[in-house]
Amino acid sequence: MSLSRKCAVVGAYEHPTRFAPDKTMYQIMAESIRGALDDCGLTIKDVDGLLTAGMGMGAMAIVGFCDYLNLTPNFLDSTNIGGSSFVAHTAHAAAAIAAGLCEVAVVVYGSTAASSRFAIGTGGGGGGGDPCDQYEFPFGPTTVGAYAMIAQRHMHDYGTTSEQLAEIAVTMRLHASMNPVAKYRDPITVEDVLASRVISSPLHLLDCCIISDGGGALVITSAERARDLKKMPAYILGAGETVRHAARGQRDFLEIAAAQSGRLAFERSGVAHKDIDMAMIYDSFTITVLATLENLGFCKRGEGGAFVSGGRLRFDGDFPINTDGGGLSSNHPGMRGMFLVIEAVKQLRGECGPRQVKDCKIALAHGTGGALGTRHSGATIIITNQ
Amino acid sequence: MPQDKTPKSYRKPLPHLDEENRPWWEATQRHELYVQKCRECGDLRFHPRALCTNCMSSSTEWIRCKGTGKIYTFTVTNQNQAGGFRDSLPYVMAWVEVDEGLKMLTNIVDCPPEQVKIGMPVEAVFDDVTPEVTLVKFRPAR
Repeated sequence: MSLSRKCAVVGAYEHPTRFAPDKTMYQIMAESIRGALDDCGLTIKDVDGLLTAGMGMGAMAIVGFCDYLNLTPNFLDSTNIGGSSFVAHTAHAAAAIAAGLCEVAVVVYGSTAASSRFAIGTGGGGGGGDPCDQYEFPFGPTTVGAYAMIAQRHMHDYGTTSEQLAEIAVTMRLHASMNPVAKYRDPITVEDVLASRVISSPLHLLDCCIISDGGGALVITSAERARDLKKMPAYILGAGETVRHAARGQRDFLEIAAAQSGRLAFERSGVAHKDIDMAMIYDSFTITVLATLENLGFCKRGEGGAFVSGGRLRFDGDFPINTDGGGLSSNHPGMRGMFLVIEAVKQLRGECGPRQVKDCKIALAHGTGGALGTRHSGATIIITNQ
Repeated sequence: MPQDKTPKSYRKPLPHLDEENRPWWEATQRHELYVQKCRECGDLRFHPRALCTNCMSSSTEWIRCKGTGKIYTFTVTNQNQAGGFRDSLPYVMAWVEVDEGLKMLTNIVDCPPEQVKIGMPVEAVFDDVTPEVTLVKFRPAR
Protein backbone atom coordinates (compact mmCIF):
# COMPACT_ATOMS: atom_id res chain seq x y z
CA MET A 1 0.00 0.00 0.00
CA SER A 2 1.34 3.41 -0.89
CA LEU A 3 0.48 6.62 0.95
CA SER A 4 1.35 8.73 -2.05
CA ARG A 5 -1.06 11.67 -2.50
CA LYS A 6 -3.71 10.10 -0.25
CA CYS A 7 -3.36 12.88 2.33
CA ALA A 8 -2.22 16.46 2.51
CA VAL A 9 -1.02 19.05 4.96
CA VAL A 10 -3.78 21.65 4.68
CA GLY A 11 -3.06 23.93 7.62
CA ALA A 12 0.32 25.15 8.87
CA TYR A 13 1.02 27.71 11.53
CA GLU A 14 4.24 28.82 13.17
CA HIS A 15 3.72 30.64 16.43
CA PRO A 16 5.47 34.01 16.04
CA THR A 17 6.79 34.11 19.58
CA ARG A 18 10.48 33.61 20.28
CA PHE A 19 10.36 34.57 23.96
CA ALA A 20 7.17 34.11 25.93
CA PRO A 21 7.69 34.35 29.69
CA ASP A 22 4.02 35.36 29.89
CA LYS A 23 2.71 32.15 28.28
CA THR A 24 2.54 28.49 29.24
CA MET A 25 3.60 25.61 27.03
CA TYR A 26 0.00 24.40 26.68
CA GLN A 27 -1.13 27.92 25.77
CA ILE A 28 1.44 28.10 22.97
CA MET A 29 0.28 24.68 21.75
CA ALA A 30 -3.38 25.70 21.77
CA GLU A 31 -2.70 29.03 20.07
CA SER A 32 -0.72 27.15 17.43
CA ILE A 33 -3.63 24.78 16.78
CA ARG A 34 -5.98 27.76 16.48
CA GLY A 35 -3.60 29.31 13.96
CA ALA A 36 -3.34 26.14 11.86
CA LEU A 37 -7.10 25.62 11.84
CA ASP A 38 -7.68 29.26 10.81
CA ASP A 39 -5.10 28.72 8.07
CA CYS A 40 -7.18 25.98 6.43
CA GLY A 41 -10.70 26.99 7.45
CA LEU A 42 -11.45 24.04 9.71
CA THR A 43 -12.51 24.30 13.36
CA ILE A 44 -11.55 22.49 16.53
CA LYS A 45 -14.80 20.53 16.16
CA ASP A 46 -13.41 18.94 12.98
CA VAL A 47 -10.30 17.58 14.72
CA ASP A 48 -10.48 13.85 15.47
CA GLY A 49 -6.78 12.99 15.55
CA LEU A 50 -4.04 14.44 17.78
CA LEU A 51 -0.29 13.92 17.59
CA THR A 52 2.18 15.63 19.87
CA ALA A 53 5.44 15.32 21.77
CA GLY A 54 7.34 17.70 23.97
CA MET A 55 10.37 18.22 26.14
CA GLY A 56 8.49 19.37 29.20
CA MET A 57 5.74 16.78 28.84
CA GLY A 58 5.30 13.71 30.98
CA ALA A 59 4.60 10.23 29.70
CA MET A 60 0.83 10.70 29.55
CA ALA A 61 0.86 14.41 28.69
CA ILE A 62 -1.15 13.91 25.49
CA VAL A 63 -4.08 12.93 27.71
CA GLY A 64 -3.51 16.00 29.85
CA PHE A 65 -3.41 18.17 26.76
CA CYS A 66 -6.71 16.67 25.58
CA ASP A 67 -8.10 17.70 28.98
CA TYR A 68 -6.70 21.21 28.52
CA LEU A 69 -8.37 21.61 25.13
CA ASN A 70 -11.40 19.43 25.92
CA LEU A 71 -10.61 17.05 23.06
CA THR A 72 -11.74 13.43 22.70
CA PRO A 73 -9.91 12.33 19.52
CA ASN A 74 -10.36 9.02 17.72
CA PHE A 75 -6.61 8.75 17.10
CA LEU A 76 -3.75 9.60 19.47
CA ASP A 77 0.01 9.45 18.90
CA SER A 78 2.57 10.81 21.33
CA THR A 79 5.59 9.18 19.74
CA ASN A 80 8.60 11.02 21.09
CA ILE A 81 11.79 10.39 19.14
CA GLY A 82 13.25 13.82 19.83
CA GLY A 83 13.21 16.83 17.54
CA SER A 84 12.29 14.75 14.50
CA SER A 85 9.02 13.66 16.13
CA PHE A 86 6.80 16.06 14.20
CA VAL A 87 8.11 14.96 10.83
CA ALA A 88 7.28 11.39 11.86
CA HIS A 89 3.91 12.53 13.24
CA THR A 90 3.02 14.04 9.88
CA ALA A 91 3.57 10.68 8.22
CA HIS A 92 1.81 8.81 11.03
CA ALA A 93 -1.19 11.14 10.67
CA ALA A 94 -1.36 10.45 6.95
CA ALA A 95 -1.17 6.71 7.57
CA ALA A 96 -3.91 6.91 10.18
CA ILE A 97 -6.16 8.93 7.88
CA ALA A 98 -5.52 6.60 4.94
CA ALA A 99 -6.41 3.65 7.20
CA GLY A 100 -9.63 5.29 8.32
CA LEU A 101 -8.60 5.83 11.93
CA CYS A 102 -9.37 9.55 11.81
CA GLU A 103 -10.23 12.26 9.27
CA VAL A 104 -8.63 15.49 10.47
CA ALA A 105 -5.42 15.22 12.44
CA VAL A 106 -3.51 17.96 14.21
CA VAL A 107 0.21 17.76 14.91
CA VAL A 108 1.25 20.25 17.57
CA TYR A 109 4.30 21.42 19.53
CA GLY A 110 4.92 24.19 22.02
CA SER A 111 7.81 25.06 24.30
CA THR A 112 9.11 27.74 26.62
CA ALA A 113 12.68 26.46 26.44
CA ALA A 114 14.20 29.96 26.37
CA SER A 115 12.10 31.66 29.03
CA SER A 116 12.49 28.60 31.26
CA ARG A 117 16.28 28.95 30.77
CA PHE A 118 16.72 25.35 29.75
CA ALA A 119 20.34 24.56 28.80
CA ILE A 120 19.45 22.21 25.97
CA GLY A 121 22.81 21.76 24.33
CA THR A 122 25.18 22.17 27.24
CA GLY A 123 23.31 20.66 30.16
CA GLY A 124 24.83 17.22 29.90
CA GLY A 125 24.50 16.12 33.48
CA GLY A 126 21.26 14.24 33.51
CA GLY A 127 21.36 10.63 34.57
CA GLY A 128 19.07 8.91 32.09
CA GLY A 129 17.48 5.62 32.95
CA ASP A 130 18.22 3.55 29.85
CA PRO A 131 20.91 0.87 29.96
CA CYS A 132 23.06 2.77 27.45
CA ASP A 133 22.92 5.91 29.57
CA GLN A 134 24.85 4.22 32.37
CA TYR A 135 27.93 4.03 30.13
CA GLU A 136 27.65 7.60 28.83
CA PHE A 137 26.36 10.12 31.38
CA PRO A 138 29.32 9.60 33.77
CA PHE A 139 31.61 11.07 31.07
CA GLY A 140 29.72 14.34 30.46
CA PRO A 141 28.21 13.97 27.01
CA THR A 142 26.52 17.27 26.20
CA THR A 143 24.31 17.43 23.12
CA VAL A 144 26.76 19.72 21.37
CA GLY A 145 29.63 17.46 22.38
CA ALA A 146 27.97 14.43 20.85
CA TYR A 147 27.55 16.27 17.53
CA ALA A 148 31.06 17.72 17.78
CA MET A 149 32.49 14.20 17.77
CA ILE A 150 30.82 13.62 14.39
CA ALA A 151 32.35 16.83 13.06
CA GLN A 152 35.78 15.86 14.39
CA ARG A 153 35.66 12.47 12.69
CA HIS A 154 34.35 13.94 9.44
CA MET A 155 37.18 16.48 9.38
CA HIS A 156 39.69 13.70 10.10
CA ASP A 157 38.41 11.35 7.40
CA TYR A 158 37.57 13.83 4.65
CA GLY A 159 39.38 17.11 5.34
CA THR A 160 36.15 18.96 5.98
CA THR A 161 36.92 22.43 7.35
CA SER A 162 35.45 24.77 9.95
CA GLU A 163 35.06 27.30 7.11
CA GLN A 164 32.81 24.88 5.22
CA LEU A 165 30.67 24.29 8.30
CA ALA A 166 30.56 28.04 8.94
CA GLU A 167 29.10 28.69 5.50
CA ILE A 168 26.03 26.73 6.57
CA ALA A 169 25.53 29.08 9.53
CA VAL A 170 26.12 32.12 7.32
CA THR A 171 23.48 30.93 4.83
CA MET A 172 20.94 30.26 7.58
CA ARG A 173 21.48 33.79 8.90
CA LEU A 174 20.97 35.24 5.42
CA HIS A 175 17.64 33.43 5.26
CA ALA A 176 16.72 34.61 8.74
CA SER A 177 17.32 38.19 7.64
CA MET A 178 14.39 37.71 5.25
CA ASN A 179 12.14 36.18 7.90
CA PRO A 180 10.43 38.88 10.01
CA VAL A 181 9.91 36.56 12.99
CA ALA A 182 13.41 35.04 13.04
CA LYS A 183 15.24 35.54 16.34
CA TYR A 184 18.64 36.56 14.91
CA ARG A 185 18.48 38.61 11.71
CA ASP A 186 21.77 40.51 11.45
CA PRO A 187 24.02 38.99 8.78
CA ILE A 188 27.16 37.13 9.87
CA THR A 189 30.31 36.08 8.02
CA VAL A 190 32.43 32.96 8.01
CA GLU A 191 34.97 34.96 10.02
CA ASP A 192 32.31 35.73 12.63
CA VAL A 193 31.58 32.03 13.05
CA LEU A 194 35.26 31.12 13.36
CA ALA A 195 35.82 33.96 15.84
CA SER A 196 32.99 32.84 18.10
CA ARG A 197 34.09 30.81 21.10
CA VAL A 198 34.56 27.05 20.79
CA ILE A 199 31.81 25.36 22.78
CA SER A 200 32.90 21.79 22.12
CA SER A 201 35.68 21.34 19.59
CA PRO A 202 35.49 21.72 16.65
CA LEU A 203 32.09 23.43 16.97
CA HIS A 204 31.91 27.17 17.68
CA LEU A 205 29.04 29.04 19.29
CA LEU A 206 27.71 30.05 15.86
CA ASP A 207 27.83 26.41 14.69
CA CYS A 208 25.13 25.76 17.29
CA CYS A 209 21.40 26.35 17.06
CA ILE A 210 19.85 29.02 19.20
CA ILE A 211 17.42 28.47 22.07
CA SER A 212 14.02 30.12 21.76
CA ASP A 213 10.47 29.69 22.85
CA GLY A 214 7.98 28.77 20.18
CA GLY A 215 5.47 26.37 18.81
CA GLY A 216 3.56 25.36 15.76
CA ALA A 217 0.84 23.14 14.39
CA LEU A 218 -0.12 21.28 11.23
CA VAL A 219 -3.51 20.10 10.05
CA ILE A 220 -3.57 16.96 7.91
CA THR A 221 -6.54 15.43 6.15
CA SER A 222 -7.45 13.31 3.13
CA ALA A 223 -6.62 14.58 -0.34
CA GLU A 224 -10.33 14.52 -1.12
CA ARG A 225 -11.23 16.78 1.78
CA ALA A 226 -8.15 18.95 1.18
CA ARG A 227 -9.51 20.15 -2.15
CA ASP A 228 -12.34 22.11 -0.50
CA LEU A 229 -10.15 23.99 2.00
CA LYS A 230 -8.67 27.49 1.95
CA LYS A 231 -5.05 26.88 0.97
CA MET A 232 -3.20 24.88 -1.65
CA PRO A 233 -2.77 21.34 -0.27
CA ALA A 234 0.74 19.98 0.30
CA TYR A 235 0.31 16.32 -0.66
CA ILE A 236 2.34 13.75 1.21
CA LEU A 237 4.26 11.58 -1.25
CA GLY A 238 6.23 9.37 1.07
CA ALA A 239 8.13 9.17 4.33
CA GLY A 240 10.57 7.10 6.35
CA GLU A 241 11.89 6.95 9.87
CA THR A 242 14.47 5.03 11.87
CA VAL A 243 17.20 5.31 14.50
CA ARG A 244 20.96 4.93 14.83
CA HIS A 245 22.80 4.19 18.07
CA ALA A 246 26.07 2.71 19.19
CA ALA A 247 25.10 -0.61 17.55
CA ARG A 248 26.50 -2.73 20.40
CA GLY A 249 29.80 -0.88 20.05
CA GLN A 250 30.17 -1.56 16.34
CA ARG A 251 28.76 1.58 14.73
CA ASP A 252 30.19 3.55 11.85
CA PHE A 253 29.26 6.95 13.29
CA LEU A 254 29.23 8.84 9.99
CA GLU A 255 26.39 6.65 8.74
CA ILE A 256 23.29 8.23 10.28
CA ALA A 257 19.57 7.56 10.39
CA ALA A 258 18.98 9.77 7.36
CA ALA A 259 20.58 7.13 5.13
CA GLN A 260 17.73 4.72 5.91
CA SER A 261 14.82 7.12 6.43
CA GLY A 262 15.79 9.04 3.30
CA ARG A 263 16.05 5.92 1.17
CA LEU A 264 12.61 4.81 2.35
CA ALA A 265 11.10 8.24 1.69
CA PHE A 266 12.49 8.38 -1.84
CA GLU A 267 11.44 4.81 -2.65
CA ARG A 268 7.94 5.37 -1.31
CA SER A 269 7.56 8.74 -3.01
CA GLY A 270 8.72 7.60 -6.42
CA VAL A 271 10.71 10.81 -6.89
CA ALA A 272 14.43 11.24 -7.49
CA HIS A 273 16.94 13.50 -5.76
CA LYS A 274 16.98 15.86 -8.74
CA ASP A 275 13.23 16.37 -8.34
CA ILE A 276 13.62 18.02 -4.91
CA ASP A 277 13.24 21.80 -5.28
CA MET A 278 14.05 22.70 -1.68
CA ALA A 279 14.79 20.89 1.55
CA MET A 280 14.32 21.55 5.23
CA ILE A 281 17.21 19.88 7.05
CA TYR A 282 17.29 19.86 10.84
CA ASP A 283 20.15 22.20 11.74
CA SER A 284 20.78 21.65 15.42
CA PHE A 285 24.41 22.22 14.50
CA THR A 286 26.15 22.96 11.22
CA ILE A 287 27.54 19.41 11.11
CA THR A 288 23.99 18.05 11.35
CA VAL A 289 23.21 19.62 7.98
CA LEU A 290 26.38 18.36 6.31
CA ALA A 291 26.02 14.81 7.61
CA THR A 292 22.31 14.72 6.75
CA LEU A 293 22.82 15.91 3.17
CA GLU A 294 25.42 13.19 2.62
CA ASN A 295 23.31 10.48 4.18
CA LEU A 296 20.16 11.49 2.31
CA GLY A 297 22.24 11.00 -0.84
CA PHE A 298 22.35 14.58 -2.16
CA CYS A 299 26.11 14.18 -2.30
CA LYS A 300 28.50 11.32 -1.62
CA ARG A 301 29.95 10.58 1.78
CA GLY A 302 32.91 12.86 2.34
CA GLU A 303 31.78 15.40 -0.24
CA GLY A 304 29.52 17.36 2.10
CA GLY A 305 32.09 20.08 2.72
CA ALA A 306 32.30 20.94 -0.96
CA PHE A 307 28.55 20.49 -1.42
CA VAL A 308 27.60 23.12 1.17
CA SER A 309 30.10 25.64 -0.21
CA GLY A 310 29.74 28.34 -2.82
CA GLY A 311 26.26 29.46 -1.87
CA ARG A 312 24.57 26.26 -3.04
CA LEU A 313 22.26 26.15 -0.01
CA ARG A 314 20.97 29.72 -0.41
CA PHE A 315 17.31 30.34 -1.25
CA ASP A 316 18.51 31.39 -4.72
CA GLY A 317 21.18 28.68 -4.98
CA ASP A 318 21.18 25.29 -6.69
CA PHE A 319 19.88 23.47 -3.61
CA PRO A 320 18.00 25.77 -1.22
CA ILE A 321 17.57 24.60 2.35
CA ASN A 322 16.15 26.04 5.58
CA THR A 323 14.75 29.19 4.02
CA ASP A 324 13.25 30.31 7.32
CA GLY A 325 16.71 30.70 8.87
CA GLY A 326 16.62 27.31 10.53
CA GLY A 327 17.42 26.45 14.09
CA LEU A 328 20.73 28.22 13.68
CA SER A 329 19.05 31.64 13.39
CA SER A 330 15.23 31.60 13.37
CA ASN A 331 14.01 29.47 16.25
CA HIS A 332 14.85 26.33 18.19
CA PRO A 333 12.45 25.75 21.06
CA GLY A 334 14.01 22.43 22.01
CA MET A 335 12.49 20.29 19.26
CA ARG A 336 12.42 21.73 15.76
CA GLY A 337 10.87 19.15 13.44
CA MET A 338 7.57 21.02 13.39
CA PHE A 339 9.09 24.05 11.67
CA LEU A 340 10.70 21.92 8.97
CA VAL A 341 7.30 20.82 7.72
CA ILE A 342 5.69 24.27 8.19
CA GLU A 343 8.30 26.08 6.09
CA ALA A 344 8.24 23.35 3.42
CA VAL A 345 4.46 23.76 3.14
CA LYS A 346 4.79 27.55 2.92
CA GLN A 347 7.37 27.21 0.15
CA LEU A 348 5.09 24.89 -1.82
CA ARG A 349 2.30 27.44 -1.46
CA GLY A 350 4.54 30.32 -2.54
CA GLU A 351 4.00 32.19 0.72
CA CYS A 352 7.63 32.95 1.57
CA GLY A 353 8.01 36.48 0.18
CA PRO A 354 11.62 37.57 -0.36
CA ARG A 355 12.99 34.14 0.58
CA GLN A 356 10.64 32.24 -1.76
CA VAL A 357 12.28 29.48 -3.81
CA LYS A 358 11.29 29.83 -7.47
CA ASP A 359 9.03 27.16 -8.97
CA CYS A 360 8.96 25.12 -5.79
CA LYS A 361 6.94 21.97 -6.49
CA ILE A 362 8.50 19.22 -4.37
CA ALA A 363 10.04 19.69 -0.93
CA LEU A 364 11.79 17.34 1.46
CA ALA A 365 11.95 17.70 5.23
CA HIS A 366 14.32 15.70 7.39
CA GLY A 367 14.31 15.80 11.17
CA THR A 368 17.01 14.53 13.49
CA GLY A 369 16.17 13.81 17.11
CA GLY A 370 18.71 13.13 19.83
CA ALA A 371 22.41 13.28 19.07
CA LEU A 372 24.30 11.98 16.04
CA GLY A 373 27.30 11.10 18.18
CA THR A 374 25.44 8.87 20.64
CA ARG A 375 21.98 7.89 19.42
CA HIS A 376 19.34 9.62 17.38
CA SER A 377 16.24 9.23 15.28
CA GLY A 378 15.75 10.40 11.73
CA ALA A 379 12.46 11.10 9.96
CA THR A 380 12.14 12.14 6.33
CA ILE A 381 9.05 13.27 4.44
CA ILE A 382 8.57 14.38 0.83
CA ILE A 383 5.62 16.63 -0.05
CA THR A 384 4.37 18.32 -3.20
CA ASN A 385 1.86 20.89 -4.42
CA GLN A 386 1.19 18.90 -7.59
CA MET B 1 43.69 18.89 40.38
CA PRO B 2 43.40 16.14 42.98
CA GLN B 3 39.87 14.85 43.21
CA ASP B 4 38.17 14.40 46.57
CA LYS B 5 36.60 10.99 46.09
CA THR B 6 34.26 10.81 49.03
CA PRO B 7 30.77 10.01 47.77
CA LYS B 8 29.32 13.32 48.94
CA SER B 9 31.81 15.39 47.02
CA TYR B 10 31.55 13.49 43.74
CA ARG B 11 28.91 15.49 41.84
CA LYS B 12 28.87 13.95 38.37
CA PRO B 13 26.17 11.44 37.43
CA LEU B 14 26.77 7.88 38.52
CA PRO B 15 25.60 4.75 36.75
CA HIS B 16 22.63 2.81 38.04
CA LEU B 17 23.73 -0.74 38.81
CA ASP B 18 21.25 -3.53 38.22
CA GLU B 19 21.05 -7.29 37.85
CA GLU B 20 22.15 -7.12 34.23
CA ASN B 21 25.17 -4.84 34.47
CA ARG B 22 26.50 -5.46 37.99
CA PRO B 23 29.17 -8.03 36.97
CA TRP B 24 30.68 -5.48 34.57
CA TRP B 25 30.83 -2.75 37.18
CA GLU B 26 32.22 -5.17 39.77
CA ALA B 27 34.99 -6.01 37.31
CA THR B 28 35.86 -2.35 36.87
CA GLN B 29 36.16 -2.12 40.64
CA ARG B 30 38.85 -4.79 40.30
CA HIS B 31 40.36 -2.61 37.51
CA GLU B 32 39.40 -5.11 34.81
CA LEU B 33 37.63 -4.26 31.56
CA TYR B 34 35.33 -6.77 29.87
CA VAL B 35 33.14 -7.02 26.80
CA GLN B 36 30.67 -9.79 26.06
CA LYS B 37 30.81 -12.48 23.39
CA CYS B 38 27.94 -14.67 22.33
CA ARG B 39 28.74 -18.36 22.78
CA GLU B 40 26.32 -19.24 19.96
CA CYS B 41 27.25 -16.88 17.15
CA GLY B 42 30.42 -15.23 18.42
CA ASP B 43 29.12 -11.69 18.12
CA LEU B 44 30.87 -9.18 20.40
CA ARG B 45 28.94 -6.52 22.23
CA PHE B 46 29.32 -3.55 24.51
CA HIS B 47 27.67 -2.30 26.71
CA PRO B 48 26.73 -5.50 28.56
CA ARG B 49 23.27 -6.98 28.14
CA ALA B 50 21.66 -10.30 28.87
CA LEU B 51 20.96 -11.38 25.29
CA CYS B 52 22.97 -11.40 22.08
CA THR B 53 21.56 -8.70 19.79
CA ASN B 54 22.55 -10.76 16.75
CA CYS B 55 20.96 -14.16 17.54
CA MET B 56 19.17 -13.48 20.86
CA SER B 57 21.01 -16.24 22.65
CA SER B 58 21.38 -15.91 26.42
CA SER B 59 24.62 -17.86 26.40
CA THR B 60 27.27 -15.26 27.09
CA GLU B 61 31.00 -15.29 27.62
CA TRP B 62 32.85 -12.40 29.26
CA ILE B 63 36.01 -11.48 27.36
CA ARG B 64 38.66 -9.58 29.24
CA CYS B 65 40.02 -6.69 27.20
CA LYS B 66 43.69 -5.93 26.89
CA GLY B 67 42.82 -2.40 27.93
CA THR B 68 44.35 -0.75 24.89
CA GLY B 69 42.76 0.91 21.90
CA LYS B 70 42.68 3.98 19.70
CA ILE B 71 40.72 7.23 19.79
CA TYR B 72 37.95 6.97 17.17
CA THR B 73 36.72 10.52 17.71
CA PHE B 74 36.68 13.09 20.48
CA THR B 75 35.70 16.59 21.53
CA VAL B 76 37.19 19.05 23.95
CA THR B 77 34.20 20.24 25.96
CA ASN B 78 34.52 23.86 27.04
CA GLN B 79 30.95 24.37 28.19
CA ASN B 80 28.73 22.16 30.32
CA GLN B 81 26.35 23.74 32.80
CA ALA B 82 25.87 20.55 34.79
CA GLY B 83 27.27 20.44 38.29
CA GLY B 84 30.46 18.42 38.55
CA PHE B 85 31.36 18.93 34.90
CA ARG B 86 31.18 22.71 35.14
CA ASP B 87 34.02 22.52 37.62
CA SER B 88 36.24 20.33 35.46
CA LEU B 89 36.26 22.21 32.15
CA PRO B 90 37.76 21.71 29.70
CA TYR B 91 37.50 17.94 29.55
CA VAL B 92 37.89 15.49 26.70
CA MET B 93 35.06 13.15 25.79
CA ALA B 94 35.84 10.45 23.25
CA TRP B 95 34.74 7.28 21.59
CA VAL B 96 37.62 4.87 22.00
CA GLU B 97 37.78 1.72 19.88
CA VAL B 98 39.37 -0.95 22.03
CA ASP B 99 41.58 -3.56 20.37
CA GLU B 100 38.75 -6.08 20.63
CA GLY B 101 36.91 -3.93 18.05
CA LEU B 102 34.21 -2.23 20.11
CA LYS B 103 33.68 1.48 20.74
CA MET B 104 33.22 2.89 24.23
CA LEU B 105 32.33 6.42 25.29
CA THR B 106 34.86 7.70 27.78
CA ASN B 107 37.09 10.55 28.88
CA ILE B 108 40.69 11.00 27.81
CA VAL B 109 42.78 11.91 30.84
CA ASP B 110 46.41 12.60 31.69
CA CYS B 111 46.86 14.45 28.40
CA PRO B 112 46.61 18.15 27.53
CA PRO B 113 43.39 18.54 25.49
CA GLU B 114 45.20 20.19 22.59
CA GLN B 115 47.38 17.08 22.15
CA VAL B 116 44.48 14.65 21.77
CA LYS B 117 44.21 13.26 18.22
CA ILE B 118 42.06 10.75 16.39
CA GLY B 119 43.98 7.49 16.03
CA MET B 120 46.06 8.13 19.15
CA PRO B 121 46.89 4.84 20.96
CA VAL B 122 45.39 4.86 24.45
CA GLU B 123 45.23 2.60 27.47
CA ALA B 124 42.57 2.15 30.12
CA VAL B 125 42.84 3.80 33.50
CA PHE B 126 40.45 2.94 36.27
CA ASP B 127 39.08 5.91 38.17
CA ASP B 128 37.59 4.89 41.53
CA VAL B 129 35.17 7.79 41.76
CA THR B 130 33.18 6.37 44.69
CA PRO B 131 33.54 3.22 46.82
CA GLU B 132 30.91 1.56 44.60
CA VAL B 133 31.78 2.92 41.16
CA THR B 134 34.94 2.78 39.09
CA LEU B 135 34.87 4.51 35.71
CA VAL B 136 36.98 3.31 32.79
CA LYS B 137 38.83 6.22 31.24
CA PHE B 138 41.75 6.24 28.83
CA ARG B 139 45.11 7.98 28.66
CA PRO B 140 47.82 8.05 26.00
CA ALA B 141 49.48 4.61 25.83
CA ARG B 142 52.82 4.47 27.57
